[in-house]
Amino acid sequence: MATRQTQFLARSLLTPAVGLLFIWMIVPLALTIYFSTLHYSLLDPGSEEFIGLENFRYFLTDPAFLASLQNTLVLVGSVLALTILLGIPLALLLDQPVIGRNVVRLMVIAPFFVMPTVSALVWKNLLMHPVSGLFAWLASLFGLTPIDWFNDVPLFAVILIVAWQWLPFATLILLTALQSLDEEQREAAEMAGASAVSTFIYITLPHLARPITVVILIETIFLLTVFAEIYVTTGGGPGLQTTNIAFLIYSQALIQFDVGSASAGGLVAVVIANIVAFFLVRIVGRNLEA
Amino acid sequence: MARMATTRRVAVSTIAAWLCGFLIFFPILWMMLASFKTELEAFAIPPSFLFFHWTLENYATVQARSDYLHHALNSIIIAGGSTLIALLIAIPAAWSMAFSPTKRTKDVLLWMLSTKMMPPVGVLVPIYLIYKTVGLLDSRIGLVFILCLGNLPIVIWMLFTYFKEIPRDILEAARMDGATIGRELVYVLTPMAIPGLASTLLLNLILAWNEAFWTLNLSTSQAAPLTVFIASYSSPEGLFWAKLSAASTLAIAPILVLGWFSQKQLVRGLTFGAVK
Repeated sequence: MATRQTQFLARSLLTPAVGLLFIWMIVPLALTIYFSTLHYSLLDPGSEEFIGLENFRYFLTDPAFLASLQNTLVLVGSVLALTILLGIPLALLLDQPVIGRNVVRLMVIAPFFVMPTVSALVWKNLLMHPVSGLFAWLASLFGLTPIDWFNDVPLFAVILIVAWQWLPFATLILLTALQSLDEEQREAAEMAGASAVSTFIYITLPHLARPITVVILIETIFLLTVFAEIYVTTGGGPGLQTTNIAFLIYSQALIQFDVGSASAGGLVAVVIANIVAFFLVRIVGRNLEA
Repeated sequence: MARMATTRRVAVSTIAAWLCGFLIFFPILWMMLASFKTELEAFAIPPSFLFFHWTLENYATVQARSDYLHHALNSIIIAGGSTLIALLIAIPAAWSMAFSPTKRTKDVLLWMLSTKMMPPVGVLVPIYLIYKTVGLLDSRIGLVFILCLGNLPIVIWMLFTYFKEIPRDILEAARMDGATIGRELVYVLTPMAIPGLASTLLLNLILAWNEAFWTLNLSTSQAAPLTVFIASYSSPEGLFWAKLSAASTLAIAPILVLGWFSQKQLVRGLTFGAVK
């Protein structure tokens, strides 16, 4: 009796959340699918008509799509590589006995809490400005020609900013994982005469495999849709050099008002994200059972 | 001998760690310093690090000229409102899944997680058009609603992992004493869940405060929170560095403090419990 009541109550407590998330997932997605089959431009209202897969053909064969797909992959790949390759030694360092470790940790984590528009503008102006930026001054100290970051290497400049934002995330997760590593195991290896390098390769690194996977998957989900950093620094330019898929869809929808084509692009983005999500959900799901 | 080696090791790692920490924190520090310079000094080459004329003028100008408080209030309402509503919806749901799990609970949880993985840009067009039709563009309610839905999966997940850790014996004891489910929720569970609730609240405030996709696309002036206000400094390129820095410092300071308090929960919240 009581259990049935409890079950009924439990289900009714769950319903609002499930219902809202269901609507949130289904309605916009269904509309995106619907729009993607229409010729639909906000500049030309009333001319909507069904055109089948024409938008997809247009979007996928648009040179801008290939360029932005490439930019997206380069951006995601580079930021992942930078944050993990720098995050591992940084986490190892913070795991050492360090005087004032808590303060250092606060400094390392700080960039993660800075809103994207602030980080992008501070880097673009105060640091990377080709004449008055700090980097230009540093270059001139060494007798080098200052780099005009957003003209010469725009995508790399964006990558640096985004990597700075995400390095704390990778470091923090790897550090948390390191701290759960069994100290005895490491000491035993050291006693047995293992060098620091082989301890790292045979004990620490295998222990980090899972957290590294988690970092890669979660960062990928967020990095696939980097938007604000591009919006306030380059606006996707020069040319298409810093346009990623998210920015391309935005500009087709809200600058060119081509709803149909932007919707087709949106679905492409959903498919790409789903491939990553598939793996992440499996990893998290395995953890639920443990 | 061994002690010598240890002391040296501590010294080396301490110096290296402080150096790395300083380098990573430097852009923020540099911005904070610039906010106390005059516009001319913020531009100056070679830059002055500490020995410049310290001034609060930029803060005064930012407050006076740009409706800063209006945007800060928007940020507070949007981040706070969306977090509170998300908590109201998520607490019962997480409670139910943690304490009356069914065969499908795991699937429901994973499904909720998967909604978070839908890239916002995939639904930008319909959301924009719906908002335009019903007049929610540039409205605080519209942003509260969308950020609430966007963060709901994370809130439910975090609460679920915290609720899971509450010992069930206590609940059974309460039930034996004849507590109803309502009373059990209010008098037994809530006090035990407060630390988890607090950190969930904190993390989601941070995420909502810094959210810069929906806020940039769905608001322009009336409802614009600080993310959008700061973005407006990108157009007159390089003219107002000191003021940009002052506005930025004000915009990130509260969240930096909150963030430092919640750093432990951050890992758990953002990895959906996959790393603790």
